Amino acid sequence: MARKITYQQAINEAIDQEMARDENIVLMGEDVVGGSGSDGEMDAWGGVLGVTKGLYGKYGDRIMDTPISESGFVGAAVGAAASGLRPICELMFIDFMGVCFDQIFNQAAKFRYMFGGKAETPVVIRTMYGAGFRAAAQHSQCLYPLFTHIPGLKVVLPSSPYDVKGLLIQAIRDNDPVIFCEHKVLYTLEGDVPEESYTIPFGEANIVREGDDVTIVAFGRMVQQAMKAAATLAKEGISCEVIDPRTTSPLDEDSILESVENTGRLVVVDEASPRCGMAADISALVARKGFSSLKAPIEVVTPPHTPVPFNGKLEDLYVPNPDKIAAAVRATAGYKA
Amino acid sequence: MAQALSVEDLLDAYRTMKTIREFEDRVHVEFAKGGIPGFVHLYAGEEASATGVGMHLRDDDRLASNHRGHGHCIAKGVEVKGMMAEIYGKRTGTCGGKGGSMHIADLDTGMMGANGIVGGGPPLVCGAGLAAKRRGKGGLAVAFCGDGASNQGTVFEAMNLATVWKLPVVFVFENNGYAEATDSRFSVSCKDIAQRAIGFGMPGRIVDGHDFFAVHEAFAEAAERARSGSGPSLIEHKLDRFFGHFEGDNQKYRPAGEVARLREETCCIKRFSKKVTSEHGITAQQLGAIDDEVARLIDEAVAFAETSPEPDASDLLTDVYIKY
Repeated sequence: MARKITYQQAINEAIDQEMARDENIVLMGEDVVGGSGSDGEMDAWGGVLGVTKGLYGKYGDRIMDTPISESGFVGAAVGAAASGLRPICELMFIDFMGVCFDQIFNQAAKFRYMFGGKAETPVVIRTMYGAGFRAAAQHSQCLYPLFTHIPGLKVVLPSSPYDVKGLLIQAIRDNDPVIFCEHKVLYTLEGDVPEESYTIPFGEANIVREGDDVTIVAFGRMVQQAMKAAATLAKEGISCEVIDPRTTSPLDEDSILESVENTGRLVVVDEASPRCGMAADISALVARKGFSSLKAPIEVVTPPHTPVPFNGKLEDLYVPNPDKIAAAVRATAGYKA
Repeated sequence: MAQALSVEDLLDAYRTMKTIREFEDRVHVEFAKGGIPGFVHLYAGEEASATGVGMHLRDDDRLASNHRGHGHCIAKGVEVKGMMAEIYGKRTGTCGGKGGSMHIADLDTGMMGANGIVGGGPPLVCGAGLAAKRRGKGGLAVAFCGDGASNQGTVFEAMNLATVWKLPVVFVFENNGYAEATDSRFSVSCKDIAQRAIGFGMPGRIVDGHDFFAVHEAFAEAAERARSGSGPSLIEHKLDRFFGHFEGDNQKYRPAGEVARLREETCCIKRFSKKVTSEHGITAQQLGAIDDEVARLIDEAVAFAETSPEPDASDLLTDVYIKY
């Protein structure tokens, strides 16, 4: 039965239900318990934002605090996955990939192919991304295109409480390395989530809103922003179809191409930097495979190519918002050849 | 405490060391002839290290290796013909020709892979050690690193984590004096890598890596500590490599005549043979019979590799998750 819970609660519930089901699942990361080795309370934090709070009480030593040494524990999660466990590893902020990327892209991502199909690495790396917290340049990035670039990784960007639960359970049951990207602004978002366990397959886009005039492809938190823009545009008589691909790898190309075939117009909204990101990637896909459907140039809405600024006014200018998305939609809808 | 080694154990050790040496000497020859593609790093000279450790390992123990991994693979029980075919890039290779010399892995025998990234393996063995610890059957995991890897941050992180989580892990540093073309007297900040163990809260020992018996005895202690749940250890094997960093290395960083002298003075196989024939009642004939057996095996392995098919074009897209 569905009831309203937050994105954050949905993540905790997914981990809880899966850990109860399979004792090979362990969870590790910095302060996922909090208090290890101290004279105070255990489960003091339950993750820096409390996402894993309460799991230590249920699962004890299967929930493991780590030293602040991402190469060490991400590598340990990868090695454990190649040795029979199914680790969920929390990389607190996606920005910290810089100090452990080798273990992800040269080790985890390569094993299945490089070892001739004889290795499985069922590890989930949960990580928090995105701007909006005034967390500045090293704690606000959207680095998932870098993971998407690497063959051998699956990359997930849940945009709602319902999706985050189903996609996380799918990730945990997957036999390959999954980078599971949680937008920090979405943690408090509420939505209908079934109590029972369920999965959402990777590579299946969600048509969040149907429409006929313009296709908007949006990722992660940008799905919410695109929906707000679509509501505004509907009042102006512009009908938008909003597509959330849910996973950047694998990517549901067909849903995007079919939608553009119907609308003839495309706007891609991505919170990642403009170069070599999802906006460029989806644009290239449609230009290559959907060229004959296009009635207007493709529009993209991304931040500028700058680090994320600290100042609130600047950060708000940096992140794509419904106004910018609506402007891009109007531009493509009003295009005259 | 090292358990007493039977004559059979000693003959097995000799067979393993000799197999590694013959394998590497032959790869050296075949590489020069042009039959082997890519980057190849040979282990000749270091055989006592892999063998003395490998004899303690159970099938369910795990080993993470490095770019100089052929010896570790053989000592862990990876099948030699498949290894040779892999080095040739053939479909019959251990990894179907998709890994090559630097990536031979065989999870069924506990071999987690040679590794093209210096310092790549130690974090992985922490995970293998964690899995062994959770299984509770006394399993362990060992990482082989060189003096070069001893300076990588990943290695420090792994050693710290292994102590923090009290993992059944052993870090073996094979210090052959050169990280690629740079002397470890230049690149390692302390006299001995083993000194670093103190900083990570684990015992560290220096062992003559040319001496099979010393290696075997030292690892027995580390394995006992790991299997009994007492935590990780560090062992530094001081040894020498008889070839360059990679095949094709001009080795000008080594003084003239160094390799010839080392082959004469430090050869672990010569030293082993002398000891077991004088002290353990093993005859030169017994060793000679193993030499013949090994020579045949390596001949067969090369023939197998040379005559095996290349991967199919369709193999390019197998074992991937997503096809674009």
